[in-house]
Amino acid sequence: MVHGVTSLRVRRLALTTVFVGAVFVVIALDRGRPQALGRESGGAAAPGFSLRNVAREVGIDFVHHAPTLDPRIDNIAPLVASLGAAVSVSDVNNDGWPDLYFTNSKFGFPNALYLNHGDGTFSDVAARAGVADLNRPGEGVSMGAVWGDYDNDGLEDLLVYKWGYLQLFRNLGGLHFEDVTAAAGLRHWMNSNGAVWLDYDRDGLLDLYVTGYFRSDIDFWHLQTTRIMHNSFEFATNGGKNRLFHNLGNGRFEDVTDQMGVGSTRWTLAVAAADFNGDGWPDLFLANDYGPEELFVNDSGKRFVLTRAGLESDSKSGMSATLGDVLNRGRLDAFVTNISERGYLFQGNNLRLNFLPELGRFQQGAEGVIADAGWAWGAQLGDLDNDGRNELFIANGYVSNDRSRSYWYAMSKVAGANGNVFEDARNWPAIGTASLSGYERSRVLVNRGLAGWTDVAAAVGVTDEYDGRAVALVDLFNRGVLDVVVANQNQPALVYKNTVVPGNHWIAFKLVGTRSNRSAIGAEVTVEADGIRQLRVVDGGMGFASQNDRRLHFGLDGATRVDRLVIRWPSGARQVVEHPAMDRLNLITEPPSAGAVP
Amino acid sequence: MTAAALAALRGRSRSLWARLGEVDPRYLVSFLITLILVLGEARYGILGGYDRLAISLGVCVATELALARLVGGRGAALQSAYVTGISLALLLKPRAGLLWPFALGAFLAIASKYVLAYRGHHLWNPSNFAISLLLVIAPGSVAILSHQWGNHLATNAVIWTFGLLIASRVRVLHVTLTYVVCYLLLAAGRSAIVASPLMAELAPITGPMYQLFIFFMITDPRTTVSSPRGRIVVAALVAVVEAAIRLAADHHVAALSALYPAPPILALAIVGPVAKAVDLCAFFHNPRPSP
Repeated sequence: MVHGVTSLRVRRLALTTVFVGAVFVVIALDRGRPQALGRESGGAAAPGFSLRNVAREVGIDFVHHAPTLDPRIDNIAPLVASLGAAVSVSDVNNDGWPDLYFTNSKFGFPNALYLNHGDGTFSDVAARAGVADLNRPGEGVSMGAVWGDYDNDGLEDLLVYKWGYLQLFRNLGGLHFEDVTAAAGLRHWMNSNGAVWLDYDRDGLLDLYVTGYFRSDIDFWHLQTTRIMHNSFEFATNGGKNRLFHNLGNGRFEDVTDQMGVGSTRWTLAVAAADFNGDGWPDLFLANDYGPEELFVNDSGKRFVLTRAGLESDSKSGMSATLGDVLNRGRLDAFVTNISERGYLFQGNNLRLNFLPELGRFQQGAEGVIADAGWAWGAQLGDLDNDGRNELFIANGYVSNDRSRSYWYAMSKVAGANGNVFEDARNWPAIGTASLSGYERSRVLVNRGLAGWTDVAAAVGVTDEYDGRAVALVDLFNRGVLDVVVANQNQPALVYKNTVVPGNHWIAFKLVGTRSNRSAIGAEVTVEADGIRQLRVVDGGMGFASQNDRRLHFGLDGATRVDRLVIRWPSGARQVVEHPAMDRLNLITEPPSAGAVP
Repeated sequence: MTAAALAALRGRSRSLWARLGEVDPRYLVSFLITLILVLGEARYGILGGYDRLAISLGVCVATELALARLVGGRGAALQSAYVTGISLALLLKPRAGLLWPFALGAFLAIASKYVLAYRGHHLWNPSNFAISLLLVIAPGSVAILSHQWGNHLATNAVIWTFGLLIASRVRVLHVTLTYVVCYLLLAAGRSAIVASPLMAELAPITGPMYQLFIFFMITDPRTTVSSPRGRIVVAALVAVVEAAIRLAADHHVAALSALYPAPPILALAIVGPVAKAVDLCAFFHNPRPSP
């Protein structure tokens, strides 16, 4: 009997020891993730590049200003008015040097078009060009812009999406633009935060898809109601309606949203277009706030079909949609940013690995540092160290205000409630001077292939804590490296000049369409070198409120030559180029007799 | 419908209600949480992966079986393990790809019944203990219920209806209603104190975290005090402590920030064991065996 009691005591003691040990294991596991939420990993190989902000040095002094909205929503004005910092890249004067367009979002504050002089300096020519004074009462404020040669005259035209009337500017050459919105049939009031140029019917003319965030009947300066917010944090469908405009070729666009079946009302924040399923027709990938992502598959230009592709039940807060061949499979994957906050919410970013041709679906590939970056906004995939693999730059941070006051608790009160409660902005607690995921640093993730990703932001010189929104990658100084431009909300823009450790080769392409749209937007280029295949697509707008350099840049690591280059033009034509020249930009014009895609 | 038919229908309803009262209360609770699981997963994909459910449920059951044999000296309480496993799978929402919170959380939940016991009774509701502990010591890895089940009224209504029905049958409705009434009154008070919209303060109780809390945690017969009056007092105290946590959050008291993501659950974790210990002291003459 005594022996039995002693044995029981020993077993209880053992259990208590294991119990306490388990508690310490939890603590160790929680704290033993050095790359979690704000900290960087140590011990990884030194990154082969460094980034330095040179915005002031090169003459880019743009500061974004947030909109001032109807006082009826003053209680949450910093949340609602937290969008609008955008950047897009285009060579507006065809001088071979990429220029930058930034949007502003407050009445009276101009947008900026920084002309690249080719000598390492820029100057703002927006006012002279007629694309500055866009933020005016009655017209709305800018939220972003995309460039595309919609009339195929060889000059890049400008579409500015707004909380207000869309504006289309025709590039007349000589740094002059003409507002052709009304003549083009595009004078529509939308509360939009994204747009993409694409040629969905492959007729050689760029069409336009514009996303709606807030409903289009909302005028933020004359609110008729405060019931303007989402009605679910997970499956909201009461957002603005997205619209597809078909380019008729005579300078006019026709709204074909309903007949093409792409009028999602899911609070779309970002859109990217590419041929995901390999059928030769560009599809639409939507990153939706308060809801699941959506893939609209293009049915031969006749209609789009909302496709179950493994996206429909994974509801998060999609902010940005960027495309890239993450594992060098010759396939475009999608990276979508979301929200993570200690103790409150771990939605995690999504890396949608594209297995549509084989499995009819995407597979989630985000784990570790790539998944939890903070309140993530714009992101871009690009080879920052020319090693033949895509790095990932992610901008983070929502509202940076008083560091000692957080709005997370207050927001959590309404986040779990019935949708009718928080649909009305009046029911939200006042944010006052509190921050919401403020002062978050950007992430720079180096691609280690199947070994995952390593955050090297501080090591490469990215330490800012601005509220990042749009990110664009561009070889600003024509040096064979990708630089990074970040537009920050209510804060100065950053121009990170990239210095790559010598030794790696690269190759870049500028494509000019003939049968395809002149901008070659939607063209897919596959580079094969040293047994590695890399795929990129000419960008008509991707990420969040951004557009990358249309020139395609590939790192080649130590490859001594490029075996071949395969171009799939938007027209459907396929072109093969053997051994293109390395370490230079190659200009390739679509041949009139290139073979069709098999 | 004739009067006779109506009377017959009323008779059948009464008969069904009476038969429901004869069912072992544990099965009713199990039914309710299974209903929430199935409804939520089918409609909203609330689990975020069946591996999470398999791990939390599997570890709960395995731990219960093992510990009941090793140190319990009695049969395993598998129903308790089942409810705890599902509760953890529903309420824990860790960082992407992490499964250890489910495994370790499940172990700690069940083991707490055997380790943190007083006079043969465990003090914490198992899932309440595990969730509270994980939120406090592992906030970089674990959050609570980022899935909100669509914020839809219909889903909430179904769960509230079944929940109230079952709470009534298992005779804990007074606990549920006491907490709800106190919450509503205190929410109105907090609204006045912090000048926040009343709807914002009332809003949380319409959400799914509270459904799980109200129907499965605060009413757990194993960890509530012995008298109905005592249970009412404890439920009110939980609401009061929760209100205090919420007021601290509204005033940005940094020292208590670990409590802010889930005020009701952490309030219960604070009040519950103290009340149970006091109750056990007072009623030591009539202890009931712990599972």
